[in-house]
Amino acid sequence: MSKPVVRLRGVVSLIGRFPALAGADFAVSEGEVVLLQGPNGAGKSTLLRVCAGLASVHNGTGEVFGFDLTTRSGQREVRRRVGLLSHATALYDELTVEDNVRFWAAAANADVGAADAAMDRLGVGGRLRSIRVAGLSAGQRRRTSLAVLVARRPMLWLLDEPHAGLDAEGRDLIDELVHQAVGQGATAIVASHELDRVDSLATRTVHVVGGQAMEVRGPGQAGAG
Amino acid sequence: MIEHARLIAAKDLKIEWSSRVLTAQVIPFGVLVLVLFGFGIPPDRRVLASEGGASRSLLEQASPGLFWLAVLFSLLLALNRSFAVEAADGNLDALRLAGFDPAGVFLGKSGAIVCELLVLELVVGTGAFLLYGPPLHDALQLCAVVVTTTLAMSFAGTLYGALGAGLRLRDTLVPLLVLPVLAPVLLAATRATESALFGPSSEGWAWVGFLGAFALLYLGAGILSFGSLLEES
Repeated sequence: MSKPVVRLRGVVSLIGRFPALAGADFAVSEGEVVLLQGPNGAGKSTLLRVCAGLASVHNGTGEVFGFDLTTRSGQREVRRRVGLLSHATALYDELTVEDNVRFWAAAANADVGAADAAMDRLGVGGRLRSIRVAGLSAGQRRRTSLAVLVARRPMLWLLDEPHAGLDAEGRDLIDELVHQAVGQGATAIVASHELDRVDSLATRTVHVVGGQAMEVRGPGQAGAG
Repeated sequence: MIEHARLIAAKDLKIEWSSRVLTAQVIPFGVLVLVLFGFGIPPDRRVLASEGGASRSLLEQASPGLFWLAVLFSLLLALNRSFAVEAADGNLDALRLAGFDPAGVFLGKSGAIVCELLVLELVVGTGAFLLYGPPLHDALQLCAVVVTTTLAMSFAGTLYGALGAGLRLRDTLVPLLVLPVLAPVLLAATRATESALFGPSSEGWAWVGFLGAFALLYLGAGILSFGSLLEES
């Protein structure tokens, strides 16, 4: 039986006074690729941030890799093990692609070789590596963020609209990277509106509505209903 | 912690080197403040020195305070810049996710600001000697004043700069927080610099001791509390 990676019960998470998550129950096991589906503002991004140990759990219980998300020390332990690709690219505009990827890789104790390999894999090696991030296109910035994620080799991939801003080749590459990471023992949670693409990748689909993880369906059914 | 501090400091200095904000904005601002102070104080107005009865120009007498005011205003620019790059595009979240030791982040960011301020002080200090023409009584003491004041300003500034890091009001909030806290540092640095420039040295060392204690206090406070500040910003 697969080990539990994420376990949330009745989780309430507030943004200001607004309950972005309002009693969400959510569980993910090792090796799963879970698709989060739902309308804008439903709480998908907050659910990912809670799983990353970035958003506070104001009520309920939550664990990721067995670490308690309601404590600061637990959140810190979780953060070391997850990688989050959000709408923000989390890159320093004034630094080059190479500087950015190597900096974040070094912070995660990854070696220079892993950073270089990730840049090549994402197509931002070669001449692009010495270009400042401020001079990149949106798609190239996204690829650089992905290179950081790949170099860090997280155990839990949290991807928020990962295909946004990428060309067809980049989208295929993301699917391939997720597939490969899961094959190596990682777990992935993907929030996406591109159901036709992610549905084939996901082992399970969870519907998020009004801050609650409402519905759980099997693979190949994301587009139904 | 030290490795994380080294990474953060190297990254911040690389950003400064790449963006040229220090050389194109902060240092010219400091020099401009110095020059404008010079215009504001008549160079022929003389004051009686406390020792020996020799008179000095008012500009000479005021030069330590004017120099440190110029450095303080420039520090505010450097602080805003240092935390603006972290607030942009989700970088604060990425710092938290990267598993950095908060004490390492504090030491790294304040270390980079120390380096930037030392460069600034070298340029502005040279300008102050050329424009105001004060004597130099004790060079060693002057070096000690510069180092301890720079450390005190950087540690306290980084601590309060982090408070406003994630806020929209950062540009106005940080000066409001930092200036009152650094008022004693400004006073002590001015008095210590007066001693180093005009003598006697004995009084100056007591102020250097105060500045060192202030720096140590904020070093400890930063190491202990920076984690909470990063979480809340």
